[in-house]
Amino acid sequence: MKYQANTALHLRLEGWRARLLLVLLLAGFVALVGRAVFLQGVHYDFLQHKGDERYSRVIESTAYRGVVRDRNGDPLALSLPAVSIWASRDDAELSPGALDRLASLLHMDRTDITHRLNQGAGNFVYLKRQVSPEVGREVAALKVPGLYTEKGFRRSYPKGEMMAHLLGFTDANDRGQEGAELAFQSTLGGVAGARRVIKDRAGAVIEDVESIREQRPGQDVRLSVDSRLQHLAWRELRATVARHHAKAGAVMVLDPNTGEVLAMANYPDYDPNARDHVTPAQLRNRSLADTYEPGSTLKPFTIAAALETHRVTPATVIQTGNGTMNIGPAVVHDSHPAGAITVAQVIQKSSNVGAARIALGMPAETMWNMFTDVGFGQQPKSGFSGEAGGRVRPYRTWRPIEQATMSYGNGISVSLAQLARAYTIFAGDGTLKPLSLVRVESPPAGRPVISAQTAAQVRDMLELVVKPEGTAPLAQVRGFRVAGKTGTAHKPEHGHYSNRYISSFVGFAPATRPRLLIAVMIDDPTVGGYYGGLVAAPLFSTLMGAALQVLGVTPDDPASENFATPVVPANAAEET
Amino acid sequence: MIKRWLLRVIAPLDPTLTGLILALMLLGLVVLYSASGRDLMTLAGQSRSMVLALVCMCVMAHLPPHQLMRWAGPVYVLGLVLLVGVALGGEVSHGARRWLHLGPLRIQPSELMKLALPLALAAWFQHREQGLGLRDFAVGLMLFIVPVGLIARQPDLGTALLIASSGCYVLFLAGLSWRVLGIAIVGFGASLPLVWTFLHDYQRQRVLTLIDPSQDPLGAGYHIIQSTIAVGSGGVMGKGWLGGTQTHLDFLPERTTDFIFAVFGEEFGLFGELVLLVLLVSLILRGMDIASQASSIFNRLAAGAISLTLFTYTFVNMGMVAGILPVVGVPLPFVSYGGTSLITLMLGQGILMSIRHHRTLVKR
Repeated sequence: MKYQANTALHLRLEGWRARLLLVLLLAGFVALVGRAVFLQGVHYDFLQHKGDERYSRVIESTAYRGVVRDRNGDPLALSLPAVSIWASRDDAELSPGALDRLASLLHMDRTDITHRLNQGAGNFVYLKRQVSPEVGREVAALKVPGLYTEKGFRRSYPKGEMMAHLLGFTDANDRGQEGAELAFQSTLGGVAGARRVIKDRAGAVIEDVESIREQRPGQDVRLSVDSRLQHLAWRELRATVARHHAKAGAVMVLDPNTGEVLAMANYPDYDPNARDHVTPAQLRNRSLADTYEPGSTLKPFTIAAALETHRVTPATVIQTGNGTMNIGPAVVHDSHPAGAITVAQVIQKSSNVGAARIALGMPAETMWNMFTDVGFGQQPKSGFSGEAGGRVRPYRTWRPIEQATMSYGNGISVSLAQLARAYTIFAGDGTLKPLSLVRVESPPAGRPVISAQTAAQVRDMLELVVKPEGTAPLAQVRGFRVAGKTGTAHKPEHGHYSNRYISSFVGFAPATRPRLLIAVMIDDPTVGGYYGGLVAAPLFSTLMGAALQVLGVTPDDPASENFATPVVPANAAEET
Repeated sequence: MIKRWLLRVIAPLDPTLTGLILALMLLGLVVLYSASGRDLMTLAGQSRSMVLALVCMCVMAHLPPHQLMRWAGPVYVLGLVLLVGVALGGEVSHGARRWLHLGPLRIQPSELMKLALPLALAAWFQHREQGLGLRDFAVGLMLFIVPVGLIARQPDLGTALLIASSGCYVLFLAGLSWRVLGIAIVGFGASLPLVWTFLHDYQRQRVLTLIDPSQDPLGAGYHIIQSTIAVGSGGVMGKGWLGGTQTHLDFLPERTTDFIFAVFGEEFGLFGELVLLVLLVSLILRGMDIASQASSIFNRLAAGAISLTLFTYTFVNMGMVAGILPVVGVPLPFVSYGGTSLITLMLGQGILMSIRHHRTLVKR
């Protein structure tokens, strides 16, 4: 075959065919260029942003949480290094062997792990949070694709149950949920650091771009609590609740000179290190959150109001007659008819009739002012959440019978913390000290409520309570003079007073120069009596004795002239 | 002596085509370096393929077109036999049957068909030069429908599409009448619903994804969303060479092969894309120019089909990356990583050069 310059072969394309081809070519490229202009020119900002979104991430680093310490520096709550195990649902590939290993390392069921990996929305899932660093290392050593570890902290409470309500706890994100952990969150929590980083598709950090926020570790908090006293309070409370088969109870120890809470124990309690099966009843900080009708522990405030307004003196004789008093259709009862007794004996014998007579001798407003001045009806502002304020009805609504019953603590409700704080006016010179859960460096001035003289007078009366003729000889402490008041209140149930009781005692020692103030509340004791002098007073005595011992307080009654060998007291009975 | 020999080797190489191809290859290596994450091994491998492909192009350029025409038929038949072989006993990989083991050889017959089909069709029309009738076109149609069907069944939609388009170009250039062309287009349109039922699920998904990629952003829509984001975030001037973030951080799949244009777009921006387009369009137009001046029907049809197929490659690949066409596995010519398709492309360019070189030569 030969090639020739054959013009016949030179078949040109028909015009329309060539043009159609050109148009096709052109259209194709115009489409491409148009799309590129749209993407890169018009849509640029949007796509640029989308692009950044895909690789630029802000990651937060958990700040170290401050240590909660007791007043002597003893650590009560601290953060230990911990590791969280998380997985990418898309990438996780678990061989049966690896699943077995993982299940045993994390103490989880195999089905639980596979369930977490396969169910739920999103790619990210925590398998288990806050495991020990050793477990974290072993999980990492399994080299399971799609399984990652994340460093963090785990909160530990070395004192366990005894500090439960005081300390509270944190959630999985290291934020305080209850107690001191919540109250001092801003101090303890610190500020998590934030960094902008570039991550690749697998989630690995490629580059550290900038620090958005410097990490700032949390600061320590020093509580007012003394863990030695707390332990004693907790132990004695448990023992008393068990001995009397009670439903619940609470004990507070205050320093009456500063208002500091040295101990605050509640029962039932829980272990803050293992909270899986904790019930709401266990979580309740009864000292602060529960209010109850205080009963006779309120009488000293009625008497103080009368003394302060010079309506009576401690020696004024009050006629209690046969132990009943009619006010309209209602009757006020005493457990024992006492006849004519002094104001001081009204306290000593806890006479309801006596208290009622004294109360009715003054205007409702005077009583109301006293109750309000010592903080009843208002939250104590301790800084803890869930504080109860109790209830004191406005005096304008009081009927005479109500004024009478309120004089001995019925028809009014307070929390143990409120009651304990109110007693600081008797322990000192008549000033009310603010309640504090953190250590106080210098004693606060407090707010004057009654004169120092009235305070001293009431203090003397309270000392009579623990004499053999009083309602609570069992509250005595060998070597110390003790002042206090019992309370035995019927619990209201369905609008009526039932035969269930709240047994209480509030007192302080040494009476000559009070160092400790203890308030005890036992809810529904069913075995071994229910009077405050029988149930709460012994707890007070044991705890006060041990606490004074621990603190090395010098006895103010070394010869124990006032100490009578405790026998079952004849006069513990009281109506409220 | 050596100089004279060299001159003889170089003589058939069209300077325009060669220059454009070398420029594109260079650009390809530059992008590949970035796309592969500065992997010199990948670069070395691609360079080796490029040298081999250049040699293949030279060899082709030296072969006179009439030799090619003589071999076109047998090569086509061989390709068809191999395709049947693949269908019967090919190696399955990634859910597709595309490779054939022949002793030590492992070949992909569809790649061979990319050149064999247009050449064979061109040869057929050259053979029936005197008065092309409708029957001739019908036979031509059969010649390309059979291999395209076999390849589409593998399934390899991208290659099937490329080969089908090259066949269509030959038919169109051979002078298929306007009326038949119209009927064919209408018929194709009408058969689309039928084609839809033949498609694999994943292929249908790709088409649906194109309409609304956000429907399944982490699944079927992932490629398109990522590549449009990559291209779009490049802006007018791009983020600069090695400066792409989408591509380097592993967000973009297949970034050295089919989706290399996304890397290019992100790093060099609209400006870079226009440069790349101008290079490719120049190459295609030069090929069309060669076709229009070809000295025989075979030459003209072959040159036209080869150039227009290059257009198909370019348009389908860029369209896919830019999100206006469904995802089909078509590489960006001369730029994408991969030796086989590069060699096929370069063989085609070699044929163009041969046609150009031999256009006026008369054997005496």
